[in-house]
Amino acid sequence: MTGTVKTNTAYLDYLLRIADSSLILGQRLSEWCGHGPVLEEDIALANTALDLIGQARLTLSHVGRLEGEGRDEDALAFLRAEHAYRNVALVELPNEDFARTVLRNFLFTSLQLPLWQALGSSTDEELAAIAQKSLKETRYHRSHAADWTVRLGDGTDESHARMQRALDYLWPYTSEFFSPTPEDEAASAARLGVAWPTLQDAWEAQVLPALATATLKVPQRTPFLSRGKQGVHTEHMGHLLTEMQYLQRTYPGGTW
Amino acid sequence: MDRRQWPLWEVFIRSRNGLDHKHCGSVHAPDARMALQNARDVYTRRQEGVSIWVVQADHIHASDPDAKPELFDPADDKIYRHPTFYRLPDEVNHM
Repeated sequence: MTGTVKTNTAYLDYLLRIADSSLILGQRLSEWCGHGPVLEEDIALANTALDLIGQARLTLSHVGRLEGEGRDEDALAFLRAEHAYRNVALVELPNEDFARTVLRNFLFTSLQLPLWQALGSSTDEELAAIAQKSLKETRYHRSHAADWTVRLGDGTDESHARMQRALDYLWPYTSEFFSPTPEDEAASAARLGVAWPTLQDAWEAQVLPALATATLKVPQRTPFLSRGKQGVHTEHMGHLLTEMQYLQRTYPGGTW
Repeated sequence: MDRRQWPLWEVFIRSRNGLDHKHCGSVHAPDARMALQNARDVYTRRQEGVSIWVVQADHIHASDPDAKPELFDPADDKIYRHPTFYRLPDEVNHM
């Protein structure tokens, strides 16, 4: 780590938001392994899941070192309670079907793209390095998900209906991406990280044209605001953690 | 297009130090763009390549396996066609 990083709880929370969002989406996508619609897409989803988990591992390890309490990536990934996770709620929602899975990937990776771009110049050199590595992965994830979004949205009646249903379901959870938090202000003031609300324009510039090409109708914004970033999770999170944490909690310290 | 099965594409990969694309397998995909992505995901996960070609399998025409004797056997005793009787300058690479 670099000496210039002033470790404080707000910054650790800011990093956990990034790490946990990658981790939980990686866990969700890994559920597709062996169940993909075709072999090629099965592997594509597993590749994406592994990339996301890789991003989470790097970032969680960094958090553990900054925190200085002896927690490694495994302790942070597998041994925290639900309210200690800081991922946006969108990534913990069930996969439901392939439409929702690819659309969620599209919505989230369109956020990761400007996020990694901005973090590439963080004064936290470790985070900047993670961002530069992850940006390449995210470019491909986003491009692949955008292709599917357009193909299925502008596809058959059935695929269009499923995509529109997925968009109506997922859209309200994207408000959380840009809700201001004290952690944003702290990270931004120290030039450690970018404030997520400032990413909204870049995100919309990525998302809205593709949704239009996909002939999908963007829902109206509502006052609904999920609060995964504050550790308030949906009913689905506990089930996900039960499965994800099972091995480490049953066989503490297990490695392979 | 058969709606139950996407067309088959043959995949050719150029490795990091390779000069030519080599056939490495096939993927199913609805079109060339997705065929390239699928080939990337299936065949370059372990740093196998730096460039991918895909060709729809229907567009490949193959010689008749039963015609092997007349096509290929006559070359067996024409060793003078091999450039082994010349000394190549060191500067000539990739022959």
